[in-house]
Amino acid sequence: MKSVLNYGMSLLKENPVFGLYLGICSTLAITINLNNALGMGISVIIILTISNVVISAIRKITPDEIRIPVYIVVIATLVKAIELLIRAYAPAIDQALGIFIPLIVVNCIILGRAEAFASKNGVVASALDGLNMGVAYTLSLVAMSLVRQILATGIVDLSNPFTNAEIFSITLIPSQYTIPIFSGAIGAFLTFALLAAGISAIKNAEEKKLKGAK
Amino acid sequence: MELFSLFFGAVVINNVVLTKFLGMCPLLGVSRKTSSAIGMGAAVVFVIFGSSVFTYALYYQVLVPLNLQYMDLITFILVIAAFVQFVELVLKKYSPVLYKALGIYLPLITTNCVVLYVTLFNITEGFTFVEMIVYSLAAPIGFMLVLYIFSTIRERLDLADVPAAFKGNPIALIVAALMAAVFTSFVGLI
Repeated sequence: MKSVLNYGMSLLKENPVFGLYLGICSTLAITINLNNALGMGISVIIILTISNVVISAIRKITPDEIRIPVYIVVIATLVKAIELLIRAYAPAIDQALGIFIPLIVVNCIILGRAEAFASKNGVVASALDGLNMGVAYTLSLVAMSLVRQILATGIVDLSNPFTNAEIFSITLIPSQYTIPIFSGAIGAFLTFALLAAGISAIKNAEEKKLKGAK
Repeated sequence: MELFSLFFGAVVINNVVLTKFLGMCPLLGVSRKTSSAIGMGAAVVFVIFGSSVFTYALYYQVLVPLNLQYMDLITFILVIAAFVQFVELVLKKYSPVLYKALGIYLPLITTNCVVLYVTLFNITEGFTFVEMIVYSLAAPIGFMLVLYIFSTIRERLDLADVPAAFKGNPIALIVAALMAAVFTSFVGLI
């Protein structure tokens, strides 16, 4: 139980999105509903894990001066493969995410982990790091999308991306009390700002506690 | 007239930063000082314009005849990376002050989503050459405009008394939310 709690705390404190402000372009843009958030999150988990593995495997033969272009080519190849797979098997996700799937190439988290972790560590460690960061990113997307979807439409629903069949749909707020502004640009920035402020408040409280203990 | 509405629409109505949420990293990173915001904006305008023309030609002259359209992402990102490197070398030689001010954010233009977005958008929308030129000037000018307004507000925010939890980026994002509210009121203008 304690290790789960510790893991949760580290997800919160070293969160790539709300803590380090990486990959926030796609976070703001696609978190309109849970489906999009999960589609994007899972794509990023897959790409990040594989790219970390590949980059870590070739780290000894990559010349230092041209490492960034090499990383970018590796990432772009993976993203293109995932994009084509999504278009073929999950057209609903392709429709919803649109140009944000190719833009995963320039998601700072992926290049950031390649540079900061995979280029210095072994294959297994890099795979775990990619998985870990990907999950943290997905959880942030899910958190954002839940807030925005519930406030904007009052409904939480999830459907199977391959068949488009509905898995569940819960109405939490009757439609006359919803705040549609949260599905637009203003709501995206506002939700992000409030969640980021909440996390930094938790961090500040923790720091104060540590200082008090000393 | 059509070109004008394309230009105006891309700068103000469909602003890449406030309605498409692209280029957030430099928006939060380089907006502390007005001078570096302008420098960054100008560098981005140049990079986007140059790489758009280049990738547009590459796509229609090389990739389409060879049936290699699926290589677009890989070739585009390499063109952008090379272009950024070029701008970096030029700035280092002719404007060392600006080079220092932009710091780490200069090489990061490569991973600025606006650049890749504009080059891909030119292709997916099926723009003609002239439309492509107009759009690839308008989109980064919109980015520069928002970056500049944002930096003037942030310079004042430094003096304001902000709650501890909101210090730094959260309050900047609240500012972005208010700016997005202003910019959405332009919808329907054309």
